[in-house]
Amino acid sequence: MTQAEIKLCSLLLQEHFGEIVEKIGVHLIRTGSQPIRVIVHDTRTSLDQVKKALCVLIQHNLVIYQVHRRGMVEYEAQCSRVLRMLRYPRYIYTAKTLYNDTGELIVEELLLNGKMTMSALVKKVADRLTETMEDGKTMDYAEVSCTFVRLADTHFVQRCPLVHATENSDPGPPPPAPTLVINEKDMFLVPKLSLIGKGKRRRSSEDDATGEPKAKRPKHTTDNKEPIPDDGIYWQANLDRFHQHFRDQAIVSAVANRMDQTSSEIVRTMLRMSEVTTPSSAPFTQPLSSNEIFRSLPVGYNISKQVLDQYLTLLADDPLEFVGKSGDSGGGMYIINLHKALGSLATASLESVVQERFGSRCARIFRLVLQKKHLEQKQVEDFAMIPAKEAKDMLYKMLSENFISLQVTNNVIIINQQSWTRVRETPEEIPKTPDHAPSRTFYLYTVNILSAARMLLHRCYKSIANLIERRQFETKENKRLLEKSQRVEAIIASMQATGAEAAQLQEIEEMITAPERQQLETLKHNVNKLDASEIQVDETIFLLESYIESTMKRQ
Amino acid sequence: MASRGGGRGQGRGRGQLTFNTEAVGIGKGDALPPSTLQPSPLFPPLEFYPVPLPSGEEGEYVLALKQELRGAMRQLPYFIRPAVPKRDVERYSDKYQMSGPIDNAIDWNPDWRRLPRELRIRVRKLQKDRSTILVPKRPPKTTEYKEETIQKLETLEKKEEELTSEEDEEKEEEEKEEEEEEEYDEEEHEEETDYIMSYFDNGEDFGGDSDDHMDEAIY
Repeated sequence: MTQAEIKLCSLLLQEHFGEIVEKIGVHLIRTGSQPIRVIVHDTRTSLDQVKKALCVLIQHNLVIYQVHRRGMVEYEAQCSRVLRMLRYPRYIYTAKTLYNDTGELIVEELLLNGKMTMSALVKKVADRLTETMEDGKTMDYAEVSCTFVRLADTHFVQRCPLVHATENSDPGPPPPAPTLVINEKDMFLVPKLSLIGKGKRRRSSEDDATGEPKAKRPKHTTDNKEPIPDDGIYWQANLDRFHQHFRDQAIVSAVANRMDQTSSEIVRTMLRMSEVTTPSSAPFTQPLSSNEIFRSLPVGYNISKQVLDQYLTLLADDPLEFVGKSGDSGGGMYIINLHKALGSLATASLESVVQERFGSRCARIFRLVLQKKHLEQKQVEDFAMIPAKEAKDMLYKMLSENFISLQVTNNVIIINQQSWTRVRETPEEIPKTPDHAPSRTFYLYTVNILSAARMLLHRCYKSIANLIERRQFETKENKRLLEKSQRVEAIIASMQATGAEAAQLQEIEEMITAPERQQLETLKHNVNKLDASEIQVDETIFLLESYIESTMKRQ
Repeated sequence: MASRGGGRGQGRGRGQLTFNTEAVGIGKGDALPPSTLQPSPLFPPLEFYPVPLPSGEEGEYVLALKQELRGAMRQLPYFIRPAVPKRDVERYSDKYQMSGPIDNAIDWNPDWRRLPRELRIRVRKLQKDRSTILVPKRPPKTTEYKEETIQKLETLEKKEEELTSEEDEEKEEEEKEEEEEEEYDEEEHEEETDYIMSYFDNGEDFGGDSDDHMDEAIY
């Protein structure tokens, strides 16, 4: 784990779970798998605090445990999972767009609590929805269950591994930690529950729909008295499925930007058809015939078969190679090149960063080197039509920031005059001459997309860490003012509830002076901007990480 | 072999490089950029103005979600606050001031079957009549009486529903426009005293916000 990632994890843990959990979590990320005694010793926190922290981390799927020989349990932190906490708002928003408010709240509760049983989840979401509804209306459990089942069917939520129920043949001491197993088939299997009930409001109201007397209300959620029907079956959010959805979204919007709305709809249809047939890490989707695509187009789209074929041909011929033609049967078999698409998206991110950081002429050089793969200094000047001095300057700037790298070779190079590409390359080949004579050494600029993507990803982690730090600093600076304004708001709210006069409210509001109000406005504006920037950087992180992951899987 | 031949010019005489600078584009006699003598500035000036952030309904909704989540997570029992360091002398007002979690218990109920046995820890009572899973690892350090009071305070703090009578009390109190403390609810629920919490303000926090010297007399 790089320092930047560890720093970011530390900030995220501290913001969401407090300092104690942060200390333990960061320690585990840094040092790897450790038993509890070592953690207690190294972090110099009390055993109870460490236990508390570990319980929280395990509950949220950030730490896993393993039983080693001699009954020792070791805990290991998952750094990449901690970084996913940045993306929680995006997951929740996606659930909202797909499954409305009910879906949104289900995913939100799952993310906030790490894992939950279906019954507990349904009750909680129903209660929350009831709060927002008009007086007298309540949310039925059945409706929430229905949405939950749909989420499970589309794999957005999945079961957590279950405690392995072993038959103890020898009555020895129970194991120090349970082993958790999950059957692939059961991962999305919803238990048959008959959850009957309605959401309850937190406030007491005379016309409570359930008709329960007030005295009985304290007894709810994790009851010790009633047996929970789906005891032991916990659910968590399936982040990979969300990532697949984001990836599909990115591809569709890229096609829409490059071509037009119709082509993006075609691509969206193809992706939707491949959701179940293709695993998310495959380099390309299963082939789909043009006839199938035509039948599966959304109902509103009435383009003729010929037009569809034309679009498909256009898409397949596009140099970006998002769509490929893999055969001619069934009117033409088409696939979506997922890996290539991710590569194009990552490259586009790199180009965009170069353009915004260094200017459009630099971007021109960057795109040139990208296209031609290897170029000498002189060639860059010629092709880019930029004066030598400037071109040199720009190349060095990009080189120093590692967007471009220099490849040294001393081979005799056979250059194809047509395309100016090197036919023989790599210094690892046995050179014709054993020495690195300067006259026969060639220095070529090239863009290594994978390493540039890694470098940019690292910068993104640093950026977000900086953004979070700055936001915390701004908030801390104005802490007094924030507290004061919160108090005043609370007073106003309670006074309004009791029906105070406007004059009194006015008086209270004036407790905050005009310059203070201005300061608060500025603070709010800054914090919003910083938060929005974090969200934006996280989108870039997602693209780069997906590309790197996809590339690593292929190697 | 190759290295010996290539290392011929290594270190002999300053300014000699092992490669032909012309190939990289540095011509003879060209002025090289000045060498850096210090680390790059912390906030270098931006050459190009950054692109504005995406705005719009989606952006604002996600932003609001993010801020809400942050606030919500701080209120959940998973947010573990470090214990406030013990003061030098036990003060009477400590009994009524809410400090962090004093005893080593957690406020939520994990499924202990899924966790290693060594992690078992006491679960704080949420309601007075519920039974807890008590696996105390060591005897409580605080005295029995203080423990009880603190338990009571925390019980009331964690009460998940407010009954109407308590709500009325609260509103009455707020109409007096007293300065509200953060732990406002507990004041009203505290049955042992008729005084409000701020009565026991022992003055230690006064003047702590300012950066002035504490030695100066505060009038």
